[in-house]
Amino acid sequence: MHTILQVQNLQTQFRTYDGLVYAVNGISYSLNEGETLGVVGESGCGKSVSVLSIMGLIPQPPGIIAGGQALYHGSDLLKKSQDELRHIRGKEIAMVFQDPMTSLNPVLTIGFQISESLQLHMAMNAEQAQQRAIELLEMVGIPQADRALHNYPHQFSGGMRQRAMIAMAISCMPQILIADEPTTALDVTIQAQITDLVKRLREEIGMAIIWITHDLGIIAGLAHRVIVMYAGFIVEHAGVDGVYDNPRHPYTVSLLGALPRVDMSREERLVSIPGMPPNLIGLPKGCPFAPRCTFVVEKCRQENPPLTPVEPNHEIACWVDVRTGGLR
Amino acid sequence: MSDEILVRVENLKKHFPIRRGILIQRQIGAVQAVDDVSFDIRRGETLGLVGESGCGKSTTGRTMLMLYPPTAGSVKFNGQNIFQSKGRRLMAIRRQAQMIFQDPYASLNPRWTVNAIVGEPLWVHGLVKGRHAQTERVQELLKLVGLNPMYVNRYPHEFSGGQRQRIGVARALASNPEFIICDEPISALDVSIQAQVVNLLEDLQDKLGLTYLFIAHDLSMVRHICDRVAVMYLGKIVELASRDELYDHPQHPYARALLSAVPIPDPKAERKRQRIILTGDVPSPVNPPSGCRFHTRCPIAVDKCKSVEPEWRDLDSEHWVACHLAQ
Repeated sequence: MHTILQVQNLQTQFRTYDGLVYAVNGISYSLNEGETLGVVGESGCGKSVSVLSIMGLIPQPPGIIAGGQALYHGSDLLKKSQDELRHIRGKEIAMVFQDPMTSLNPVLTIGFQISESLQLHMAMNAEQAQQRAIELLEMVGIPQADRALHNYPHQFSGGMRQRAMIAMAISCMPQILIADEPTTALDVTIQAQITDLVKRLREEIGMAIIWITHDLGIIAGLAHRVIVMYAGFIVEHAGVDGVYDNPRHPYTVSLLGALPRVDMSREERLVSIPGMPPNLIGLPKGCPFAPRCTFVVEKCRQENPPLTPVEPNHEIACWVDVRTGGLR
Repeated sequence: MSDEILVRVENLKKHFPIRRGILIQRQIGAVQAVDDVSFDIRRGETLGLVGESGCGKSTTGRTMLMLYPPTAGSVKFNGQNIFQSKGRRLMAIRRQAQMIFQDPYASLNPRWTVNAIVGEPLWVHGLVKGRHAQTERVQELLKLVGLNPMYVNRYPHEFSGGQRQRIGVARALASNPEFIICDEPISALDVSIQAQVVNLLEDLQDKLGLTYLFIAHDLSMVRHICDRVAVMYLGKIVELASRDELYDHPQHPYARALLSAVPIPDPKAERKRQRIILTGDVPSPVNPPSGCRFHTRCPIAVDKCKSVEPEWRDLDSEHWVACHLAQ
């Protein structure tokens, strides 16, 4: 498989009155053609910031891209000007955000907002763009698309708005779709509609997807590979089966233990992770998960473990082997 | 858990009027948020109330404790009708029936210390005498919910989401209630913190013999914590059964679709799964569909569903469903 996006040692920080916030701390990953990569983590773990940085959507200041590379077809996105990025964003790399209400312009019609990028990127005239917009709305399953075109976002329900956002995102047949918690604000039945739609579109268009979420459930059915993030670091990276069947990082193990399942009854208590996610002001000495980890040993407090392979296609950032409790 | 019924809700209705006009207002319609809902809660059990946003589950909970004035129906708590109680009798019921709210950021007064927040029910109900006794009792409650008793003089902004929710739990427990309505107590929290709060609620139930109405949209968590579960759609309960019965043998087509839509954190199970994808959106509760309210989205609807409202019937041994086609 061909790699289309290669992120290396990405570091993003924010200047605040309280000090420098280390949001993303040197993460590296790659995305292959047609592949779906799931990025999982709790709020504030840097999962959104890591993709916003690549897209040049971090306002600087207060943000600082302190280092790293994001090679898209061999050229570094982090070195491109906003003008150059504008030709890539929306056309080759498209995004869908969490809240469809705040990411659509309330005073413009849905049709206008979809055709805008078609006219800009695909050099269509207004009529062609409108025609294409109708096709796109039909593709994402909005009934009476020719009439919906003239509606404003407030006339749409949450699920329909998210469909419109997806229609907009796929309008230029992007190579990469970045979905930042696209179903978090939606109900489960609507979430199922949207994931179903995305699965269908990914076959039709053949795009690669980065799906960011805090929900380990949704990723299980969607992703080919999964990255688990904690405090701005990647702590585990493996194929989807590896992460769920054979989690090797204590954080992933606990997260899965904290999740009840809808398809079976479990009488035992949920695994709760004591404490709370760390404050990201200042980098921790040692492993950022150490204060909450049940497997913690002295070494964890001294040195932050690098991401290293434990098996083929399975990397973790941990000194300990969770199966034995001893050092790896 | 016993068979004794602690709370009986009968034909509960809550309609919010829609008015037009500025000076001379006239009612032009009503949002039928809760429409004719009946269920029992047994002493010591946890009853789950699930459904999607806007189905009326939170309104049901709030109306039960008269936080919203009810439109019709009755709620009996220990045999006493809450809606007909006033003054002291209502206060006495309120002392025994408490609520935990969803948003731990919005439900705590930012200008009050923990001592004032958790202590409020104590002085409102006259449960302690004197400031010193109040602080002592608050510290005891903080310990009970797993917070450091030294935190009594802190303000809500000094706590994380999970800790705030613990303060909300401590406040609800302050008056020694028998019954607590938990209105989406974990929805605003991160996964690792959710488990902490759920475990706390379970421990408290064991320790204090509490009865819960657990309102949530997270069906996996409801399966974990509840004994019986009721599913709501557009202001009505469509199915009610014991937990395993409902999750393993759902009868109402909406309950089936809802359960099949919940993702499972297991890629192998996900690949094998058959999803029922509902089309369209939930209709407006201002003008709900005739007959069965679900017929507009139901994959198996027949003509009868459009005109005749299905009756609420017991299929077999306490598995209640409102569907013409369920057998």
